[in-house]
Amino acid sequence: MAEMSYLEAGALALREAMRADPRVWALGEDLGRGGVFGQYKGLQAEFGPERIVDTPISEAAIMAVATGAAMLGTRPVVEMRFADFALCAIDELVNQAAKARYMFGGQTRVPLVVREPTGRWRSSAAQHSQSLEAWYVHVPGLVVLAPATPADNRALLRAAIACDDPVVHFEHKNLWPLVGEVPDEPEPAPIGKARRVREGADLTLVTWSATVHEAVRAAELLAREGIGTDLFDLRSLWPWDREAVLASAARTGRLLVAHEAVQVGGFGAEIAATVAEELGVPVARIGAPRLPVPYSPPLEAELEVDAERIARAARRLLDRPVRRRAVSA
Amino acid sequence: MSAGFQRNLDVERVKALLRTMVAIRAFEEEALAAQKEGLVKGAIHPSIGQEAVAAGVCGELRRDDVLLSTHRGHGHTLAKGADPFAMMAELMGRAPGTSQGKGGSMHIADFSVGMLGANGVVAANIGIAAGAAHAIKLLGGDRIVCCIFGDGAVNRGPFLEGLNWAAVYRLPVLFVCEDNGYAATTRTRELTAGPGPLARARALGIEGEVVDGNDVLAVSEATRALVAAVRSGAGPRFLHCLTYRLAGHTGADAGTYRPAEEVEARWKRCPIARARALLEAAGVAAAELDALEAGARGEIARVAAAARAAPWPDPALAWTDVQDLGAAVRAEG
Ligand SMILES: Cc1ncc(C[n+]2csc(CCOP(=O)(O)OP(=O)(O)O)c2C)c(N)n1
Ligand SMILES: [Mg+2]
Repeated sequence: MAEMSYLEAGALALREAMRADPRVWALGEDLGRGGVFGQYKGLQAEFGPERIVDTPISEAAIMAVATGAAMLGTRPVVEMRFADFALCAIDELVNQAAKARYMFGGQTRVPLVVREPTGRWRSSAAQHSQSLEAWYVHVPGLVVLAPATPADNRALLRAAIACDDPVVHFEHKNLWPLVGEVPDEPEPAPIGKARRVREGADLTLVTWSATVHEAVRAAELLAREGIGTDLFDLRSLWPWDREAVLASAARTGRLLVAHEAVQVGGFGAEIAATVAEELGVPVARIGAPRLPVPYSPPLEAELEVDAERIARAARRLLDRPVRRRAVSA
Repeated sequence: MSAGFQRNLDVERVKALLRTMVAIRAFEEEALAAQKEGLVKGAIHPSIGQEAVAAGVCGELRRDDVLLSTHRGHGHTLAKGADPFAMMAELMGRAPGTSQGKGGSMHIADFSVGMLGANGVVAANIGIAAGAAHAIKLLGGDRIVCCIFGDGAVNRGPFLEGLNWAAVYRLPVLFVCEDNGYAATTRTRELTAGPGPLARARALGIEGEVVDGNDVLAVSEATRALVAAVRSGAGPRFLHCLTYRLAGHTGADAGTYRPAEEVEARWKRCPIARARALLEAAGVAAAELDALEAGARGEIARVAAAARAAPWPDPALAWTDVQDLGAAVRAEG
């Protein structure tokens, strides 16, 4: 067990994977100098410029090169710098990497990982702040991850690199300095398994990435009012842990999903719809309003899905009568 | 020049190229006929008139070299050595198809011969080719990558990004621009600035050549020299082949956007007829060439008949090879 930051945990995962498997390599802009956030610091010194590759500002080529190189048996880790810039490489990821295995009838595999620093951070405004995870969950062929803790960033990135299909790995920029315990050995097979953060009897709260930490504070606020929150950090959005969420919602009879992304068409809608279809219990979502992310702090605050707003949404949900069938515990 | 060329003509080489071209022509004629009968369901992009590029370029590649192609990729794939029966079955959506009927014409691929796919997205294969070459550099060995794209592809971003990448990392790629003059219904030159594709490549430090893409021997010779340079570690090279699409953009395109005289004049430069004339001028008997062509055509006819009789894929196949983790589960009932 060691204490380290979310950023260091990501670097550790990549270092471990590269030591264990010579086919693993990373490519992206400015990686030789440690990457824009320092998440690649020291890696080029250890592995050399052939395996920690500094690339031109060519996001489409970075993704396409990773796709072609993965088809030939290497295991590339793509750095997109900001999730927003991955949009310059959407054809390469969605039409090429995600489709190759299927449309070529299983003749090939595309074992690549795309690291996408996501979310709002230091007044970065409309083109450096988006949370677009729902787009990727929509695409057959992709695995989508969004860790909230150092231990999970390490375990999920290791699992992503070991995965034989393309994985989009969202790292929240606000979480880089977050320090936590990281076990000596990463959790085996964490993809598709939610982490239960807290137990409670009155409602199920599902969230991921940085919003997990707001949800923990919201659960504390609610606990003071005698409301028990069964809180899940989903960690893995595709596949997602339907079993854990459905079992919890069946017990509590209420589901709330909270995320930083725009609420309209967000992944919370999928979870809420699934729980409503399967259990018929009341569901609610809370996400950002459908606005571009503004620059100035008082404007940006309008979009915040923080502890207070999550707690308010939970209270509203609990006030709502159960209209359909009652659910046995 | 041409007389001297004929005296020294490597007859066996040209015969082999002719055979490949005739097989490609026959394959596409069979595919178009099958499409008219409703047996090929999706779009096909015939390369009739462009066979010299496929035969000349791919004939210079080793089986373990890697090829990436375009939506107009039947000829390239056949010339790389893919099984014509599996290809025809793929076009008809049948189980023994190269991709079990999951891809069709626009995604034709045969990884067993290094053919990593046609592509439904113009220019998208250029970056993937750079990636395959990057992997070869990391893994070692002297395989090379050949990436064929159309004249329309040079106006998309991946052309710049992919060529720059290959040049910067000195990757073993041969880029081939198969210039048939048109991008769908558009005369490409009218919407393409500057002196042409090779000048764009040269601006990035990538050397190359322009050849008459309907002269199969010229294509083959130019490719041989460029492949040797690429394989020796000199970095990427560029071949610009000038050809002409004698058929429609797709099987359903009557080509009304170009004058009939233009197409007629181009038929006089058909690469198959030219290769035949070259061999006859070198003294090969017409009867021998007739037999060669009949042999190639006969094989394709047999393959097409077999594909017509091939079984459909089990619907359960729609659910396989999506992804290991989080694969969709078939709903009950
Ligand atoms: C990115 C993209 N845009 C548009 C199309 C539609 N499209 C298919 S083929 C084609 C023409 C391509 O021309 P060219 O590259 O010269 O190849 P050719 O068809 O002549 O072989 C177009 C526009 C596409 N497939 N991909
Ligand atoms: Mg063209």
